Amino acid sequence: MSDYVIKGQTGDWEVVIGLEIHAQVTSNAKLFSGAATAFGAEPNTQVSLVDAAMPGMLPVPNRECIRQAVRTGMAIDAQINRFSRFDRKNYFYADLPQGYQISQLYHPIVGEGEITVLVDEKDENSAKTIGVERIHLEQDAGKLMHDQHPTMSYVDLNRCGVALMEIVSKPDMRSPAEAGAYIRKLRSILRYVGSCDGNMEEGSMRADVNVSVRRPGEEFGTRTETKNVNSVRFVQQVIEYEAKRQVAAIEAGEEVVQETRLFNPDKGVTKPLRSKEDAHDYRYFPDPDLLPVELEDEFLAECRASLPELPDAKRKRYEDLGISVYNAAVLTAEVENARWFDRLLDAGADAVAASNWANSVLPGLLNAKEVAFDDPRNTPEVSAEILAMVDKGEISKGQAKEVFEYYLDSGDSPAKIVEDKGLKQTSDTGAIEAKVDEVLAANADKVQQYKDGKQALFGFFVGQTMKAMQGKANPQVVNQILRAKLDE
Amino acid sequence: MSVTQEQVRHIANLARIEMSEEETERLLPELNKILGWVEQLGEVDTDGVEPLTAVIDQQLRFRDDEVTDGDIRDKVLENAPDAQHGFFAVPKVIE
Repeated sequence: MSDYVIKGQTGDWEVVIGLEIHAQVTSNAKLFSGAATAFGAEPNTQVSLVDAAMPGMLPVPNRECIRQAVRTGMAIDAQINRFSRFDRKNYFYADLPQGYQISQLYHPIVGEGEITVLVDEKDENSAKTIGVERIHLEQDAGKLMHDQHPTMSYVDLNRCGVALMEIVSKPDMRSPAEAGAYIRKLRSILRYVGSCDGNMEEGSMRADVNVSVRRPGEEFGTRTETKNVNSVRFVQQVIEYEAKRQVAAIEAGEEVVQETRLFNPDKGVTKPLRSKEDAHDYRYFPDPDLLPVELEDEFLAECRASLPELPDAKRKRYEDLGISVYNAAVLTAEVENARWFDRLLDAGADAVAASNWANSVLPGLLNAKEVAFDDPRNTPEVSAEILAMVDKGEISKGQAKEVFEYYLDSGDSPAKIVEDKGLKQTSDTGAIEAKVDEVLAANADKVQQYKDGKQALFGFFVGQTMKAMQGKANPQVVNQILRAKLDE
Repeated sequence: MSVTQEQVRHIANLARIEMSEEETERLLPELNKILGWVEQLGEVDTDGVEPLTAVIDQQLRFRDDEVTDGDIRDKVLENAPDAQHGFFAVPKVIE
């Protein structure tokens, strides 16, 4: 399917990619404590004695975090496990006061699901389904700062204990483009569901990138895992770099070492993580502080009932309304845009005209005035009102832009602007016909030339009529009347 | 099942417990005795017995998604060997 290959000295190589996405669950409080999760607070102000792992503290799971993981699983058609359990993953690091991370190894809350992506959003035939192995819940660690003091590292535990979903894909991707499409689609779904804000800059979504290479059709090669990559572009750089590095190594007669690596965004390279001898000896065991999670029918029913229309269903609905594949893909990618567009449709706008307006016209108008899309002035109702005037032939498409610009400047209603500025174009055939007659009478010579075959003069008559109408005539009506009179 | 001296040293290292050679030597037979004792449990026939997840018949309790805790930085940092500018300060750890 993918034609992405690494050209080695000994032939073509295929790259095999799996992604583990850590997505911060949207919740007010942490996974096992009542401390807040908000981004950007003063250091260590959102830390409870549970998060700081004081002796005798006991974790109590946050129902909302469980619910969001289940809803996310449902959104990717995954198996929901009515029985799941938390395990301890043991390791020592300065950002982890417990000495273990509470995670789910043996019985994750969500099992196998799948996500269908469009590798090229203009092309419906580029659809590819990528398997999801599992989703489990786990605690985030704290944050370390190494650059504040010459010999000390500073530790902020605000993030410690915040709920993460680890979404593990199957090794189903074969190119950087597919990996990018997968992350973007997953992010879109999470934001529709409301289970993660998808803010990669703030670290709400991070990826561990598993890469191996093989001859097309052969067994999987040895993979490396590059940790904590925080943008789509970096994930793609990691894949390109690792694939080339591994091919070069194999062709030089070396073996690829299964190891954890780190990405350096400044240099665009990955480097092995040191001290790996202890890295994979986590001594997992069921957390004795926590009983298994058993989900009831009622809980599951509420999770399902609370799911919104998801990106694929919405895209299909838009396409059924006649909207192009590309416009439908763009309109549905971001949940805010999609909900805005739904309101535009609800306000009665024609779907195809509205999709062109929303994708091709509106962004330029907002940009030119430096108005954000989510600015309160940019209501779908105003756009609907302007589109309705175009639809009725009251204003031209060009005037529609003008009206919107005046609206942003003045806050006046589109109807008032059209009235005040005298923009309203007329479709009053009587008025137009009178002007057409005047124009034709005043240019009898040109009428004769036209009738003798100088068809190009038609534009001249249109121009003269529009001028006589002070630009307020509906051009289509002008055309019709001129045709009727000249060609009779 | 039994463990070797090498495994005892490895486990001690993973658990960040410093042990002398004498201590690991003394611990080796003790650990092996414990493992042997636990192994006896395997002699019980558990076919058709549901795994026990807790000794009391109780379901997991959840909390509501409300902020009820935190904002106790002084308490959190109180026992730290070193704290600066509201952070725990630890010897530099960087890969």
